[in-house]
Amino acid sequence: MTEIDLATDICGIKLTGPVLNGSGTFDALAASRVFGDALLEDFPFDCYVSKTITMNPRPGNPPYRLWETPSGMINSIGLPGPGLDGFLDRDLALLSELEVPLIVSVMADSSEDFEVLVERVAARDEVDAIELNVSCPNVHSGLIVGEQPSETEALLKALRPITAKPLIVKLTPNVANPQEIAVGAEEGGADAVSMINTVKAAAVDPDSSRAWLGVGAGGLSGPAVRPIALAQVRVVSAAISIPVIGMGGITDSESALEFILAGARVIAVGTENFRDPRAGSEVTAGLPAALTRRGFGSLAEAQSVTFG
Amino acid sequence: MAADTERPQAPFGRRLCEVVDSRPTGGYRIFTLVDGQGPAPAPGQFYMLAAAPDWAAEGGRPYLPRAISHARVSENVSGGLRLDFLIHEVGPGTSRLARMGSGDQCWVAGPFGGRFSLPRDLNPAAAGAILVGGGIGIAPMAVLRHELVDRGIPSRSLLGFRDQSHSGGVDELFGCEETRLAFEDGSSGHKGYVTDLLLQLLEGDDAGSAAVYTCGPPAMLEAVRQICLQRSVPVELALESPMACGYGACFGCAVPKADGGYLRLCIDGPVVRGDRIATAMAGEPAID
Repeated sequence: MTEIDLATDICGIKLTGPVLNGSGTFDALAASRVFGDALLEDFPFDCYVSKTITMNPRPGNPPYRLWETPSGMINSIGLPGPGLDGFLDRDLALLSELEVPLIVSVMADSSEDFEVLVERVAARDEVDAIELNVSCPNVHSGLIVGEQPSETEALLKALRPITAKPLIVKLTPNVANPQEIAVGAEEGGADAVSMINTVKAAAVDPDSSRAWLGVGAGGLSGPAVRPIALAQVRVVSAAISIPVIGMGGITDSESALEFILAGARVIAVGTENFRDPRAGSEVTAGLPAALTRRGFGSLAEAQSVTFG
Repeated sequence: MAADTERPQAPFGRRLCEVVDSRPTGGYRIFTLVDGQGPAPAPGQFYMLAAAPDWAAEGGRPYLPRAISHARVSENVSGGLRLDFLIHEVGPGTSRLARMGSGDQCWVAGPFGGRFSLPRDLNPAAAGAILVGGGIGIAPMAVLRHELVDRGIPSRSLLGFRDQSHSGGVDELFGCEETRLAFEDGSSGHKGYVTDLLLQLLEGDDAGSAAVYTCGPPAMLEAVRQICLQRSVPVELALESPMACGYGACFGCAVPKADGGYLRLCIDGPVVRGDRIATAMAGEPAID
């Protein structure tokens, strides 16, 4: 078999391949504690996306935080983390040891806090791009930014002048027309969108007649959401000219290729990391054969396909 | 970045291991895997297990691997380690694992988490260890007891069960010496709870020199924790919690800390000191 070139780029960031991790699905710092040097020597992703950073430290939600569902899981973790200062002072230096580009995910409940987060994170040389988690209500409007095209556009217009580094908007699937949000992001100056975030969901414990999760409901992920994600990647990629980072139940090279053909430029592995810590490497390992089998001579050829 | 060097370190990723035995025991099953890659696990550590074929095949569950503590570890004559797991069928994942037979393949990741302290590290005045196991939770107690025997450290084991059909592994995993049994239905040993036996021991002259270790159902764990905290007896608990990954990625296995916030059971536990947590009952049960 001839060598298949997997090299690509996203928002001008050169990548050795198209496999990222979904934010919040792979804690490189914890993994390095658990697996040691092997993690750095055999890092599973071509680009690392941090878990979401917030202004202040957060403990996260009360248990239960997750439960298994058919072909997937539901979670409501609640963004536990060290806050901006803790991240910049400690975690970021450690993450810079990774030999792949770094995207930092941030979330805030106001444009003002988003501006602080983006300014301080983007100022660090270790950071290649910023992903905006817009699934949080705006304290001023009460609206979830990522569910409103105008809110999304306004946020991007406020953030765009702050940094020349790429801004990526993480889209929620919990809207009727995700392409409208994506267009708002593009018009506001976003460089890419990543999608999908988890699908609103609940799981019930019939023995106790209560919801399994401590906060009642959460987000569904895993192969159960893949068809939803593919449909949304398709309509969004057709509606915008900025690239799409596709994710939602990718488990292997076959499902990764489905996202590329649906319009994603690169893809991210999320929940599958929980089942297999090296899931990203497994996706990469299978991609050349998956491409060749369909007659593609390179990843770029598959990326150029317009899904019928 | 720095690795935790005080605990046996899992190979990066998951690996296929062969099932070489599976047998019923007192309402549970013990199955044996041969692990050719992993290090010898320490008492208290656990593995993430998923049967290689037919995982997620029926109705989409089981989907996530299951976190299971080993019950025994020994050298395999033709290389690698023999790992025994004690399993109680309570849902699709544990049932699928229980259906594995000799020759089947099982995905294995781990060993994960940290180990039990030695008694002198838990209580400098410790004369030995008191192990309190309940139901399926006797498995990590058996591993700890084995290590204590090897080190010449005295221990007494108190094991509690609902009834004979929830009492697997006792004969195989525990010698008869220094082991006392409690059955809620009175079918053997003390009639009542295993915590009755613990109270008897601690109300002798043992409290000041005691170091208690426990694993079992949440209500039992919390009772043991309260008994120990009230008497200032150091206690370590091996907890369960809904956990997707085992290596710190999913943040699902949150257990409330005594001083606020949460610990991640997979990397901060699964063994925790009784005074570090707010309750032993918040995160359980684990995914079935």
